[in-house]
Amino acid sequence: MQDIESIVNGKDLFQRPEYKEVLSNKKEQFENMPSKEKVDEIAEWTKSWEYREKNFARSCITINPAKACQPLGAVMVALGFENTMPYVHGSHGCVAYFRSYFTRHFKEPTPCVSDSMTEDAAVFGGLKNMVDGLGNCKEVYKPDMIAVSTTCMAEVIGDDLNAFVDNAREEGTIPRDYPVSYAHTPSFVGSHITGYDNMLQAIVTQNVTDVNKENKKDRINLVPGFETYLGSLREQKEIAEAFGIDYIMLGDHSAQWDTPAGNYQMFSGGTKLEDVKDCANSKATISFQKYSTTKTMKAFSKKYKQETITVNPIGLKGTDEYVMALSKLSGKEVPQSLKIERGRLVDAMQDSYPYMHGKTFAIYGDPDFLIGMVSFLVEMGAEPKHILCNNPPKEGLEEDLRELLKDSPIKDSVQIYLGKDLWHMRSILFTEPVDFLIGNSYGKELERDTKIPLIRIGFPIFDRHHMHRYSISGYKGALNLLTWITNKVLDKLDDETKDIASTDYFFDLVR
Amino acid sequence: MGPETLEKVQKEAIEEVLKTYPDKAAKNRAKHLGVGSPDNETQKSCGDVRSNKKTIPGIMSQRGCAYAGSKGVVWGPIKDMIHISHGPVGCGQYSRAGRRNYYIGTTGVDTFVTMNFTTDFQERDIVFGGDKNLGNAVDELNELFPLNRGITVQSECPIGLIGDDIQAVAKRKAKETDKSIVAVSCEGFRGVSQSLGHHIANDAIRDYMFPLVEEKGTDINSTKYDVAIIGDYNIGGDAWSSRILLEEMGLRVIAQWSGDASYQEVINGPKAKLNLLHCYRSMNYISRHMEKEYGIPWIEYNFFGPSKTIESLREIGKHFGGEIEKNAEKVIEKYKAMVDGVIAKYKPRLEGKKVMLYVGGLRPRHVIGAYEDLGMEVIGTGYEFAHDDDYQRTKEEISRSTLIYDDVNEYELEAFVKKLKPDLVASGVKEKYVFQKMGLPFRQMHSWDYSGPYHGFDGFAIFAKDMDMAINSPVWSHTAAPWEE
Repeated sequence: MQDIESIVNGKDLFQRPEYKEVLSNKKEQFENMPSKEKVDEIAEWTKSWEYREKNFARSCITINPAKACQPLGAVMVALGFENTMPYVHGSHGCVAYFRSYFTRHFKEPTPCVSDSMTEDAAVFGGLKNMVDGLGNCKEVYKPDMIAVSTTCMAEVIGDDLNAFVDNAREEGTIPRDYPVSYAHTPSFVGSHITGYDNMLQAIVTQNVTDVNKENKKDRINLVPGFETYLGSLREQKEIAEAFGIDYIMLGDHSAQWDTPAGNYQMFSGGTKLEDVKDCANSKATISFQKYSTTKTMKAFSKKYKQETITVNPIGLKGTDEYVMALSKLSGKEVPQSLKIERGRLVDAMQDSYPYMHGKTFAIYGDPDFLIGMVSFLVEMGAEPKHILCNNPPKEGLEEDLRELLKDSPIKDSVQIYLGKDLWHMRSILFTEPVDFLIGNSYGKELERDTKIPLIRIGFPIFDRHHMHRYSISGYKGALNLLTWITNKVLDKLDDETKDIASTDYFFDLVR
Repeated sequence: MGPETLEKVQKEAIEEVLKTYPDKAAKNRAKHLGVGSPDNETQKSCGDVRSNKKTIPGIMSQRGCAYAGSKGVVWGPIKDMIHISHGPVGCGQYSRAGRRNYYIGTTGVDTFVTMNFTTDFQERDIVFGGDKNLGNAVDELNELFPLNRGITVQSECPIGLIGDDIQAVAKRKAKETDKSIVAVSCEGFRGVSQSLGHHIANDAIRDYMFPLVEEKGTDINSTKYDVAIIGDYNIGGDAWSSRILLEEMGLRVIAQWSGDASYQEVINGPKAKLNLLHCYRSMNYISRHMEKEYGIPWIEYNFFGPSKTIESLREIGKHFGGEIEKNAEKVIEKYKAMVDGVIAKYKPRLEGKKVMLYVGGLRPRHVIGAYEDLGMEVIGTGYEFAHDDDYQRTKEEISRSTLIYDDVNEYELEAFVKKLKPDLVASGVKEKYVFQKMGLPFRQMHSWDYSGPYHGFDGFAIFAKDMDMAINSPVWSHTAAPWEE
């Protein structure tokens, strides 16, 4: 029973003898679960090479995926544009999921509507929902633009967004010139990064006006990609600002998911729609995520005849490449402020390297996240032994990763797993353990099972607060990565040396 | 605010929100909004609101889908079965481990609740169908997870649209493997909310599990005091802090549906002598079926807050009479000092504070009593996916003029809160940060905001402590900067 002087929640309450008895009786009398011996036996077996081989032989079931579906990425894009409402053509259940998923990560509201298609729409198509839905959305939330994506339901029945939006204009629920961008984002193709690319490409190409292919403005476009670190977006912009270069960031959600307390406003910040219209006239476009922006970048290079550059500003080398690209585009020397930032980062890397050097890592995540992180780990002398991507592009990722590893002493022992999931990762970690695991919150079950410490970097991070506010891009972002990883190494070292009169001779005050 | 003024403000609030909508939408939404009054006998249901109808398109509804109702609510918590999210990758990923259905087990070995199994549909599956791979998926799962007690197939939207026959696959694989393979056609587009998913899931329990009662039921040495907890999803351990009270009064809880439920508990469910139904909305169907098929009576109970818990314990006791009825009083007596202590500690800090609720299932009415035990006043409540019978039941729970909003959307709820100015908003994660930004204390009442349990006497102490923390935290006083004063 609770003690009113110290009321405890379930964490401690269920450890009390009266509850232990209740739970043990339930198990003994009613559950009919396998014996402890049997469970232990199977648990041991799941750690074996034999199990790993069976696990890797499966082809029809994904277990604990490390990817999500297309419209999630489309919603992120929409929220990066000024006063733009993400609108998902399909059932509202999907939108409830997208909103709660982002909200659990950012601890911020995530506006998004659907047109609530139900069984009759599945039979007759969702035209009526779209016509009314666009009108209702415009009247109630008064966005400056609506960005429509689709769920798998709408894709399976073959709804035609172009025709449907035109119909809404014809019927007058939205004015003829009201900005609506739309992209087909089938969940059964690619992943959330595919949806990101599809929606961004749609917003750009459907809004661009007055393309001047010959006479470009002295301005660049920045395309962040599916970037969940808001600090990264800010730092990417700050680096451009350090050059005094005029830029447009296309899809800038850094203010949207980080509004101050005081009052609630549905939309905040974002790329100005005026800028989107003119972005084809920038002289170059820089993407920070190769595989999240392929279609978008193709539009800039082929359609708008711009110079397109892809860099991955996670880690030192990638940031250097970004900085040099800006230097070249602006014709300016690298500013002193950035030289100092770089110097500080390198100084910190030289201070901390003994703790990361030679440590082995397993890492999973989106393709571009992996490229940046692997680059950084290699720069530190760390060994990314297992690299897993559940949503790889059709080609290119393995080559990109191998190129980063080509000078690493462990290049031949690095294993790259494409299209594999986190249940594969579990087998990998049991059979070929590493010192640390890097990934999102889903890694916590892997940490619990394998006892390999998880360093939470990635998306989503539901169970730690405020990580998304930091940067993992640029020199300052690399310093954050360095700090998190090094201190986790030190936490582990302390943990392993804290036993009194046994290991604590190594429990150093100074590290 | 006096009762008449409160009612006036509430009516005004409705009129004001309706002004923004286009005519067709305004007409629709007007029917879902009302002011409930405890002593208004002309009202058939609370506020006379319409419910369980289609959501208007283009508005930020908080509703989920049938898949969420089946996989997320009813089937997902059954711990030793594997639940396949059949279709594209998203649904299973977004719903993975978010509902805090606590369970005891070795995850990945004999239990699987927090994991995500999906057939991860690709374009070829849409074109050629997913039945063949589904059958293979069952085999692969049985090989990798030999201790699973069965597999359920939770359909995502495409399944029902591409003409797959998952029932046939389930039937065939069940025969081959001698395990329960359950096919649930809970595609997200079915119905208007998660509610139809509950119903479909209940029907699947009836169709797939009840035929096994004879064959696979175990000998539990039946007694006349065997009961089943129905419709408790063990959020933060709710069913455990309920179960302890029932056992202390001499009952045997032979099955817990479906939080921390084992396959065996589902099969053995119909051996109960009385079904105790907590979440009426999501499991009334199967309770009615068990009454009809097995003659098991069911009663609804409410374990939120001491007043309702005591009332419920007495009613359950009365059903059995004799020793059990006496024991109910003993249990009430045993916890009395603790509960009185909790109220003495927190009521002075919470008395008169106004609350607006927006949740689903049973909570929009069931938690009113718990707030009132702490001297707090619920001035607005509504359901995401209720039916008319829920609003009828709500009428009995309110004690003052109460704004009633069915399938309220983000825009309306924000407007209502601004107008009614509650001291606490209690709703879900999608709503949480909207109101916290306004400087309003908020508690998530789906997940207990990562605390809980809230059921039973022990749970009430946690509830009181959490509500006090939310309302009286110093953080809300920092919003205005000193230079703004």
